[in-house]
Amino acid sequence: MSIMGIVMAIFGAASQGLTWAILALGVYLTFRILNFADMSCEGSFALGGSISAVLMVNHQWNPFITLLIAILAGMAAGFVTGFLHTKLKIPAILSGILTMIGLYSINLRVMGQANTSLIGQNTIISIFKGLLPEAKALGIKDSTLQTWVTMGVGLVCILGVIAILYWFFGTEIGCCIRATGNNENMVRAQGVNTDKMKILGLILSNGLIALAGALVTQSQGYADVSMGVGAIVIGLASIVIGEVILHKVKNFAAKLMSIVIGSIIYRIIIAIVLQIGMDTNDLKLLTAVVVALALSVPVLKKKKGTLRREGN
Amino acid sequence: MLKMTNIYKTFNPDTVNEKQVLKGLNLELEDGDFVSVIGGNGAGKSTMLNMIAGVHYPDLGSITLDGEDITKLPEHGRAKYLGRVFQDPMMGTAANMEIEENLALAYRRGQKRGLSWGITKEEKELYVENLKMLDLGLESRLSSKVGLLSGGQRQALTLLMATLKQPKLLLLDEHTAALDPKTASKVLELSEQIINANSLTALMVTHNMKNAIQYGNRLIMMYEGRIIYDVSGETKKSLHVSDLLEKFEKASGGEFANDRMILS
Ligand SMILES: Nc1ncnc2c1ncn2[C@@H]1O[C@H](COP(=O)(O)OP(=O)(O)OP(=O)(O)O)[C@@H](O)[C@H]1O
Ligand SMILES: [Mg+2]
Repeated sequence: MSIMGIVMAIFGAASQGLTWAILALGVYLTFRILNFADMSCEGSFALGGSISAVLMVNHQWNPFITLLIAILAGMAAGFVTGFLHTKLKIPAILSGILTMIGLYSINLRVMGQANTSLIGQNTIISIFKGLLPEAKALGIKDSTLQTWVTMGVGLVCILGVIAILYWFFGTEIGCCIRATGNNENMVRAQGVNTDKMKILGLILSNGLIALAGALVTQSQGYADVSMGVGAIVIGLASIVIGEVILHKVKNFAAKLMSIVIGSIIYRIIIAIVLQIGMDTNDLKLLTAVVVALALSVPVLKKKKGTLRREGN
Repeated sequence: MLKMTNIYKTFNPDTVNEKQVLKGLNLELEDGDFVSVIGGNGAGKSTMLNMIAGVHYPDLGSITLDGEDITKLPEHGRAKYLGRVFQDPMMGTAANMEIEENLALAYRRGQKRGLSWGITKEEKELYVENLKMLDLGLESRLSSKVGLLSGGQRQALTLLMATLKQPKLLLLDEHTAALDPKTASKVLELSEQIINANSLTALMVTHNMKNAIQYGNRLIMMYEGRIIYDVSGETKKSLHVSDLLEKFEKASGGEFANDRMILS
């Protein structure tokens, strides 16, 4: 493969990383901030994709509006998980799994089939691309232009999401959500309803994840009922890669940015192992192993007697 | 101000682990009472405090605070009236958050939280003032993570958080038990200082009988879910550890006071 080919493959991977990064940010909210391993994200990711695709294909809705609807649907899914866990006292993992399984049927109902193709549809990517000159006029391949536009759209969405999260987690409610993931006991002693905080965190997270599903659908050109399979592990992989590479960052916005970088690196790694000749079917196993290893780092360090008091 | 009437509590009823912990407990506190609470392991001291705080609800009986019936109020609903410090220094603070963020959470105890900033500039000055009083050098570490502090520092911080917004009632459950003797006495002194300065009403559970006699204007002894001894004023001041041990032995029918009670 030519140097140019490799560069293009990396850019392709990076654009994919950018669209998937919002998923990782959503997973971060539950897994790291709320301390809640939320499996429902697998369902809400596909939910966002399905809803966005169906509204565009069957109802000719504006692609931007479908993003908003996807977010609302994801929020509803997050609420269900939160309700199951806090009000009905179902364990966290199981609450998420129940929502996830339920959403599988719902997503099939939404699409009426296992997948929906966006061929010939206007997506947010094609709309922005349409605003630019033709690829030929720019002297590049059409697929290259597509990649650049996807990257641009992904980046704008990510910056927007990070700005909102940075603001929100600095507010009184945001601080309470962070504290809830840290020490529920203390938060209740300060007069805060921790059930509400957990539900709120799950709503926010699943809204983001559904948005990610819709964005991925629009950029890859189809929605699939099983597109969310392994989403939580992909999100975690991005988080742990970001944390390992940028373990020194303290600022919250920088932490979120490190997850985005983690998501990009994850996609580049995937692109490379595929180039080397790894079977696509083995990717999920590879991802699972990477995440398991990264998450066990604290334990391994402790075994070596080097675990210091964690300030973070 | 606080009135607990005929409180019963059984944990895990109708199972092999059934445990009746409170058996018709009655307690009335006057404004400004600083009460030390002693009693053997499992006497129900923590359970009593947890009833007041709403961690558990009584099976029977009622709790009123300044005339308001709080028996059924959820834990977060009554937090506005209560300051709490726990035995475990980890329990009262959020380790992953900064000192000032913890204080800001406590400063808004019982208030509705909205979308305004979680912490403002003016507050920070207030926090510096208050942290200076602790005399632990925390005033220069406002943005350090609480997880980096020692147990004693965390307990002192929790104490400050519990009283930053004046509570009607301060609940201290063996809040110095996990600290080394020197730090423990420092935190105890701080507690007394804060209680006196703000004329707080307080319940302080301790296993240290000397401390129980030394601190507060009133002392109660619990045994098997009831209050078996209640003294205040001059009588309390003139108590000796041996008097308390005797009381305990009489109540328990000659059974020796357990190790933790003798430890003083
Ligand atoms: N949540 C709970 N579930 C079941 N049993 C409990 C619970 N909380 C307390 N108990 C039991 O109730 C009894 C009284 O406990 P409590 O914590 O009130 O005692 P205590 O007087 O504070 O003792 P200590 O001095 O050891 O702290 C103990 O036998 C304890 O095992
Ligand atoms: Mg106790």
